[in-house]
Amino acid sequence: MTTTTEIEPAAATGTIAALREFWHYFSENRGAVIGLWVFVALVLIAVFAPLIAPHDPIEQVRDALLKPPSWAEKGDPRFLLGTDAVGRDILSRLIFGARYSLFIGVIVVVVALSGGIVIGLVAGFFGGWVDTVIMRVMDVILAFPSLLLALVLVAVLGPGLTNAMIAIALVLQPHFARLTRGAVMGELPREYVMAARVAGAGKARLMFRTILPNCLAPLIVQATLSFSGAILDAAALGFLGMGAQRPTPEWGTMLAEAREFILSAWWVVTFPGLAILITVLAINLMGDGLRDALDPKLKRS
Amino acid sequence: MKYLTRLATGLVMAGLLGGAAAAKTLVYCSEGSPEGFDPAPYTAGTTLDASAKAVYNRLVEFEKGTTKVIPGLAESWDVSADGKEYTFHLRKGVKFHTTDFFTPTRDFNADDVVFSFNRQGKADDPWHTYIEGITYEYYTGMEMDKVITDVVKVDDNTVKFVLSRPEAPFLADLAMSFASIDSKEYADKLAAEGRQADFNNQPIGTGPFQFVAYEKDAVIRYKANPDYWGGAPKVDDLVFAITPDAAVRVQKLKAGECQVMPFPSPADIEGLKADPNLTVMDQAGLNVAYLAYNTVVAPFDNVKVRKALNMAINKQAIIDAVFQGTGQVAKNPIPPTMWSYNDAVKDDPYDPEAAKKLLEEAGVKDLSMKVWAMPVQRPYMPNAQRTAELIQADFAKIGVKVEIVSYEWGEYLKKSTELKRDGAVILGWTGDNGDPDNFMGVLLGCAGAGEGGSNRAHWCYKPFDDLIQKAKVTSDMAERTKLYEEAQVVFKEQAPWATIAHSTVFMPMSKKVSGYVMDPLGLHDFSGVDVAE
Amino acid sequence: MIRFVLGKLAYLLPTFLGITIVAFGFVRVLPGDPVLLMAGERGLSPERHAELSHALGFDRPLWQQYLDFLVRLLHGDFGVSLVTKRPVLHEFFTLFPATIELSLCAILLATAIGLPLGIFAAIRRGSWFDQVSMSTALVGYSMPIFWWGLLLIIFFSGFLGWTPVSGRISLMYFFPKVTGFMLIDSLLSGQKGAFASALSHLILPAIVLATIPMAVIARQARSAMLEVLGEDYVRTARAKGLSAWRVVGLHALRNALIPVITTIGLQVGTLMGGAILTETIFSWPGIGKAMVDSISRRDYPSVQGGLLIIAAAVMLVNLIVDLLYGLINPRIRHR
Repeated sequence: MTTTTEIEPAAATGTIAALREFWHYFSENRGAVIGLWVFVALVLIAVFAPLIAPHDPIEQVRDALLKPPSWAEKGDPRFLLGTDAVGRDILSRLIFGARYSLFIGVIVVVVALSGGIVIGLVAGFFGGWVDTVIMRVMDVILAFPSLLLALVLVAVLGPGLTNAMIAIALVLQPHFARLTRGAVMGELPREYVMAARVAGAGKARLMFRTILPNCLAPLIVQATLSFSGAILDAAALGFLGMGAQRPTPEWGTMLAEAREFILSAWWVVTFPGLAILITVLAINLMGDGLRDALDPKLKRS
Repeated sequence: MKYLTRLATGLVMAGLLGGAAAAKTLVYCSEGSPEGFDPAPYTAGTTLDASAKAVYNRLVEFEKGTTKVIPGLAESWDVSADGKEYTFHLRKGVKFHTTDFFTPTRDFNADDVVFSFNRQGKADDPWHTYIEGITYEYYTGMEMDKVITDVVKVDDNTVKFVLSRPEAPFLADLAMSFASIDSKEYADKLAAEGRQADFNNQPIGTGPFQFVAYEKDAVIRYKANPDYWGGAPKVDDLVFAITPDAAVRVQKLKAGECQVMPFPSPADIEGLKADPNLTVMDQAGLNVAYLAYNTVVAPFDNVKVRKALNMAINKQAIIDAVFQGTGQVAKNPIPPTMWSYNDAVKDDPYDPEAAKKLLEEAGVKDLSMKVWAMPVQRPYMPNAQRTAELIQADFAKIGVKVEIVSYEWGEYLKKSTELKRDGAVILGWTGDNGDPDNFMGVLLGCAGAGEGGSNRAHWCYKPFDDLIQKAKVTSDMAERTKLYEEAQVVFKEQAPWATIAHSTVFMPMSKKVSGYVMDPLGLHDFSGVDVAE
Repeated sequence: MIRFVLGKLAYLLPTFLGITIVAFGFVRVLPGDPVLLMAGERGLSPERHAELSHALGFDRPLWQQYLDFLVRLLHGDFGVSLVTKRPVLHEFFTLFPATIELSLCAILLATAIGLPLGIFAAIRRGSWFDQVSMSTALVGYSMPIFWWGLLLIIFFSGFLGWTPVSGRISLMYFFPKVTGFMLIDSLLSGQKGAFASALSHLILPAIVLATIPMAVIARQARSAMLEVLGEDYVRTARAKGLSAWRVVGLHALRNALIPVITTIGLQVGTLMGGAILTETIFSWPGIGKAMVDSISRRDYPSVQGGLLIIAAAVMLVNLIVDLLYGLINPRIRHR
């Protein structure tokens, strides 16, 4: 059944009730719940990394270069997942790497989201030539494959984690801008906006207090997608040598370092990639759940 | 399973060979695309392998496997008493390649020699800028623009070079790739047709192989030059399979897709050696990797500080972790395979305690410094970042804090020459012509010590510079050797660098390949190579 | 229809101008100096440096260089690569077919697997098939493809030895390039085994590149199908007693395909991004790899030309998708 219940913007339903309803729909999706737990675990690992990690992630144990995982032949019990070419514990590097990946995701999404919202609101609200110019600029950005553009941007800014994050945020930002603009345009002619206008609400208030909260749902879904996308892109940049620099235990950078060992030491290649996959998968699972829970059109369809 | 694939490959091969008259093909997994096929404007070994080594010859050549200069297109030469005139007597009856894009009507002669040098040295030569933005880096880099005053055709088979000053390494310079001899007839033909740019796309030379086809980033094909003056090559076809990734090259070699590969990653060497179908040749590379202090900035202007830091570096650990054992600890600025290497020089011992004391003596406390790590892999240094990390840990043990910095490669090269540079820089050098001056003169002489120069330590030390200047204009080998040996002692006392390593160069190849000789200068030459069926 | 096309084109023109500014602007602010890269470890005296910069035209005002760039562009001149000294356009034309061949195969593969997967998943909603295929799709969607490529190499090339590691075809085959597409050229050459060799070289890179689009298509196909299946007329048809398969075949599929086609078209941008990684891993001689090389070598004209060509190609494909969409669905809604 497609129950197109018009959600009244200024609905009187309490926040708690809304949250409860949200959780109800979210928890219906088993994958999403699993994703959530994995994600929570990752956050905990990242936060408590110094406590959990058995070794210092950049400490080099000179007598244990390229040791295979402890269960494998010639493994060293000190290093559960083995060591890399300069004798650093891979498990510890992965644990600390979680910090970088989550940090990258959060920062990139916050920057892209806030930038995109402001730009989109301005474009949608003012319309006219402002809208045209802004949207043209967004079109230009979107015309380039995002990874390519990020690559060139990082080359311009100089390789490094900060610059990689800036570049990725910049190429992700138009999606938010477009989404916001579209939502604003959809909301503008609505009655409640008219009412607020008539009541004499200022432009800024109208934009941020009245309209914005009503187009949050798609933005949240897009933000989750961007969160995982940012982690992937940052890892890809690291892999191409343009992201985080050594000895930072960032997963993509670890993979780049490991590439020369694909035939001789499988473990240095396998684990960082697996870590990326698990993280991104968990976030995407959550994203699916969020979409189901927030998108009224798909509910119970 | 691997065996099956190989069997399948073999079957296909056999099917093909059945058709043609048993053509012998040698496939070389090269490490990158050549920039072009004119050897003069380029300096990268990858490019010179594909052009100078395969297609061209020089007046004089390096003897295979050594840096000794032997006759090439010139059968003999005379040097005037003052060392300023070199007269070359050219080999007769040498033919340029006959291909589907060019048929020569005459043999090689003096005109070709004059053309090959004038187009690089004379700015008013119509071929000097035959492509937009072309430059002749080796010609100017070896100071040929200053050394050569004139190249004169005496008769069809005699050419005279007039120099502005005596230059001991001159003959060795002429054996380098940039001095390859082109066909003037071919150039004239292209000019007449307005296709000058093809000079760089479809090369014509006198060398062992003639060019057939090139596909960017994929493959270069040559076939044997049947008229080669040095004797026709033993294989019929030579193919360069362009494979930039070292691990992939190993895979292809193991699968029999190619028979020879350069630059294996140190991590793969053991596995390659263990393969019963492969042999791994090795040779000490004519190179050095070093850490250059900035000797004009305090506290690194103090010899004691430099010595102390040198003693703190565990070089063997670098050899183990970065070179995976495929190199040797360096103590001199020139590699042991080079003549005049002074083995009597004693290296600074690895001794953190003594280093600490020496630092205290020098009155340096709480030193923090930068170490520059190259962003790229070079033949002399497989992984500068990793080296820097090791040095960082070593210096921490004597209380010196290190921050590792890196820049984009071009930036790195530029910034590292700045006089006020903050920090010590990891860099290296691969020999061009086997002459010690090519290391000590270029890298440590006063001439290169300024901004933009190649002396990254900015080390201008009169006693050292006097020695190498004298050696450069002396023609007596024994005396030159003595001067260079002495210079190495001075270098070690003054310690402008921490000499890190000389890398070993490995060439894995199929057991079917015979007659391959490794080039100490790091290029790859397939003229005498054979492949068993 | 013509007016529609012209309108689209008029809209694209300023975007393209913007792209030229971006391509030019970005590249000019790239740090690093190509002149120095040419000199390498040897270093360069300031005089010689100025001389070379002048020869290459880097010492003129930026706006002048840009105008020059535009004028040349109008003549189809993308400049000369600093590294190879060959015309950039010519360089890219030799590499383009490799990328197109790889991308086309990837998108075909992605569609051939993703589409039926999504449709069946929708029809059997909630079944184990739906769950397994959608979980797989989500894993594919989350895949760091550069790592995926390495894994495939380790397993299929390294461990099993089934597929070659890199390149487009075994080197023992040498035939003239007619189309630039190795699969077609190998057939045209008539050499025995050439086609098989080309195919075996293509398969792993195509799988890697297809992974993400496949997942996207499967998910999109499923949700589009679900939406259509939920619409009134389908339910009416079902209620009338038409079998599920008939309903799917007759009505639902056609209507569900429209958004899916758009999705497939929109994957082109993703593909070009993926091509950068895939080509790097498999040493595939295409433009993605060439771009990475050009960026690291600071080959200004090549980076510029590459950015332009790729952006133009993406725009062109999007335009075609737009037009197709207009054809299939005449009642384009104006949103």
